[in-house]
Amino acid sequence: MIEVRFFARFREELGADTEQLEAGHVNCVEDLLTDLRARGGTWSRLFAEDQRVMAAVNQEVADQSTPLKDGDEVAFFPPVTGG
Amino acid sequence: MNYVHVQSEPLDPHREVDQLRADNPMIGAVVSFIGLMRDMNEGDKVDRLFLEHYPGMTEKALLKIVEEASRRWDLQGCRVVHRVGEMRPTDPIVVVVVASSHRKEAFLGCEFVIDYLKTQAPFWKKELTEGGERWVDARISDDEAEEKWRSASSDD
Repeated sequence: MIEVRFFARFREELGADTEQLEAGHVNCVEDLLTDLRARGGTWSRLFAEDQRVMAAVNQEVADQSTPLKDGDEVAFFPPVTGG
Repeated sequence: MNYVHVQSEPLDPHREVDQLRADNPMIGAVVSFIGLMRDMNEGDKVDRLFLEHYPGMTEKALLKIVEEASRRWDLQGCRVVHRVGEMRPTDPIVVVVVASSHRKEAFLGCEFVIDYLKTQAPFWKKELTEGGERWVDARISDDEAEEKWRSASSDD
């Protein structure tokens, strides 16, 4: 299983902060984003290709090509605004 | 010594400076940056600010940033303490303190750390205005500030 986490505006708009997904055919961050986008509604809007989405794998900043495997923790969030 | 911390309790900037420079006679300069909550943003009055973070990743990201600063400049230590949760105008949000033997490195290190923190550390601001709650959008100027250091690195 892959643990998927959502933060800030994404968490609020999706009404979800974490979910467990079968790794299945998901080999990289881009595969996972494609699956989430295909759910329609808010998912399609937040993860549309023209949206700025940051990703982290196992708590390190990742990009679309970062590989994923069973047991990984993946997070999606909007551009950060701390400081 | 490097130190990063995320806390919901109010920040005490002077305490952070004292902690960093305590018992280290090699330190000749300390530069600190204190980020404060303003009561105006995007032309609207802001009454409250809520800071969310990613426990675990946020601390790792901050540590990575201070380690990178220590790699680039000859520093005697770097301390970053960031607040999360609910804040009011005038409250400190973040304190960055950088110590070195001479001032130049401390100034550069401090600016580098806050510029990277702004675009790399997972924190998100939500503000409460008269019109209700809204998430704060990332600023292009913050990306440009970080980009400046990336080009500086490739010129080495």
